[in-house]
Amino acid sequence: MLRRNDYLMRIIVCLKQAVDVSQLKVDQATRQLLIAGAPKKISDFDKNALEEAVRIKEKIGNAEIFTLTVTAEDARTVLREALAMGADKAYVVNDTSLKDVDTLGTAYVLSEAIKKIGEFNLILCGETSLDSFSGLVGPRLAEFLGLPQLSSVRKLSVDGDTIVAERALEDAVETVKAKMPALVMVTREINQPRIPSLMMIMKASKKEIVSLAVADLGIQKEKLDPKIEVMEVLAPKTERKKIKITGENALEIADKLAKALIQEGVVGKR
Amino acid sequence: MSEHKGVWVFSEKHDLALEIIGKAREIADKLQTELATVLIGFNLQPKVDELIKCGADKVYIIENQSLERFQIDSYLGILYNLAVNYKPEIILISSTRNGKPLAARLATRLQVGCAPDCAKLSIDEHGRLVGERITYGGNAAARITFKSKPQIATVPSRAFVKPQPKDRSGQVIKLDVKAEEPKTGIVDVKPLETSSVRIEDADVIISCGRGLEKKEDKTMLDELATVLCGQVGCSRPLAEDRKWFTEWVGLSGHKVKPKLYIACGISGVIQHVAGIRDAKVIVAINKDEQAPIFEVADYGIVGNLYEILPALKEALKNLLQ
Repeated sequence: MLRRNDYLMRIIVCLKQAVDVSQLKVDQATRQLLIAGAPKKISDFDKNALEEAVRIKEKIGNAEIFTLTVTAEDARTVLREALAMGADKAYVVNDTSLKDVDTLGTAYVLSEAIKKIGEFNLILCGETSLDSFSGLVGPRLAEFLGLPQLSSVRKLSVDGDTIVAERALEDAVETVKAKMPALVMVTREINQPRIPSLMMIMKASKKEIVSLAVADLGIQKEKLDPKIEVMEVLAPKTERKKIKITGENALEIADKLAKALIQEGVVGKR
Repeated sequence: MSEHKGVWVFSEKHDLALEIIGKAREIADKLQTELATVLIGFNLQPKVDELIKCGADKVYIIENQSLERFQIDSYLGILYNLAVNYKPEIILISSTRNGKPLAARLATRLQVGCAPDCAKLSIDEHGRLVGERITYGGNAAARITFKSKPQIATVPSRAFVKPQPKDRSGQVIKLDVKAEEPKTGIVDVKPLETSSVRIEDADVIISCGRGLEKKEDKTMLDELATVLCGQVGCSRPLAEDRKWFTEWVGLSGHKVKPKLYIACGISGVIQHVAGIRDAKVIVAINKDEQAPIFEVADYGIVGNLYEILPALKEALKNLLQ
């Protein structure tokens, strides 16, 4: 049943512009990642968060969706996609001074930007990010804003000023509820993000991208100093034998493999 | 910063706390400091003895019926209070769905750094904790250290081995810390079927990818798994796109470290490879000679899995008799 809200629900979706890890190249000689040249996209998990926001809006009608991105690089291309998917407005804090911030600094900037944006009912984020895969920013943001936090959410529903979420834990599925405002982190199971139609892409070009400067957010610069030090980031060494097993037919190949596995001591009777 | 002392371990899951203690004991010895575990919950007494026998010098107990089930706000408030009072230099927390956000928020409340999912931990020449984690979708391993204390890291399951219990004694400290009122309410808890063994615990995993043509063909893998006392897994597309499985092996699914991993019809995208990196022996069976899985395999077979798998089952059955 369609249940319309009697108030305008504002949803803020935090979007990370992430390195497309499937297109990341490695310099085999130095094992360095060629990050500078890698294409960027909306972090997959955040796309699920945005899709969920759009679905909530479709269901309750009276809602608006803002996206918020904190980045040290231009993100307009990525934000156009978010607007095409159904966001109403995109906020971006793009400042080169954010180049070395860690998850604490990122969450701090997000929290200050959200205070600047004003009232909201729900913050949606991805469970983790496609590139760094740390999953720290969502909880840190909930902490900065003192919000109820619901993580690992695979199903979400809104009922008046309450949200009900299904959390996927290792050994159980937990149904949890909270009063809004709240922060929800979604898993990739929650939905299948839509691919914007040409019409939606055209419409998105008229939507607004609002730039917020670090200077306007009343950010204390010293709070952006990283608390962790990344000592090195290197492609792992692969120390595999890479032995090709060949033979006249499947039986011969299978026999050779079986003997090799017994030799390795990785198969046997219990 | 120098006033911080001691290594702490916290997990809402007892078996994971024991695994982490295995490494934490080594770290505490290296730093010549004590190892403490924090136990939060209800009916905790049965766990205390094992924590000490496995290496804890101290066990802090915060026991209350309202704490029986993990809730982030109450657990966080307790850990924060303890950390401010006792000032540990290292806090290790299990990388579970509840543990990770707990670590992140504790680090935020304390305004310090957090290194998530560290499968390796060490102490550098300055006495700092160094964590190593997989990042960039499996393309790289990052080594991270800290500029503030306490140094908080989360540790994935099976990264370390539960130590053999020894006859040793420790101090038990019961504390009465007032828990914060949770901001979320648990409506319902449905345990997942625990009948199936966790894939992380399997010694042998036979996994299939897009090369498997029909769902029913999975029986071919099941039969081989039976011979090898192993389990069947899959890559992400078979679970997420085709819905033939509910879970998958890979960076975003289960990270496994079996003795033997047989990848059948799996191309070997970097995210999948990141989930099997710690396997002792990897076998790849794939029709496509160019499949990247061969680059990370110990034994590679360019061939049709529909012919190889039944033949392999027979060969192993005969040889292992």
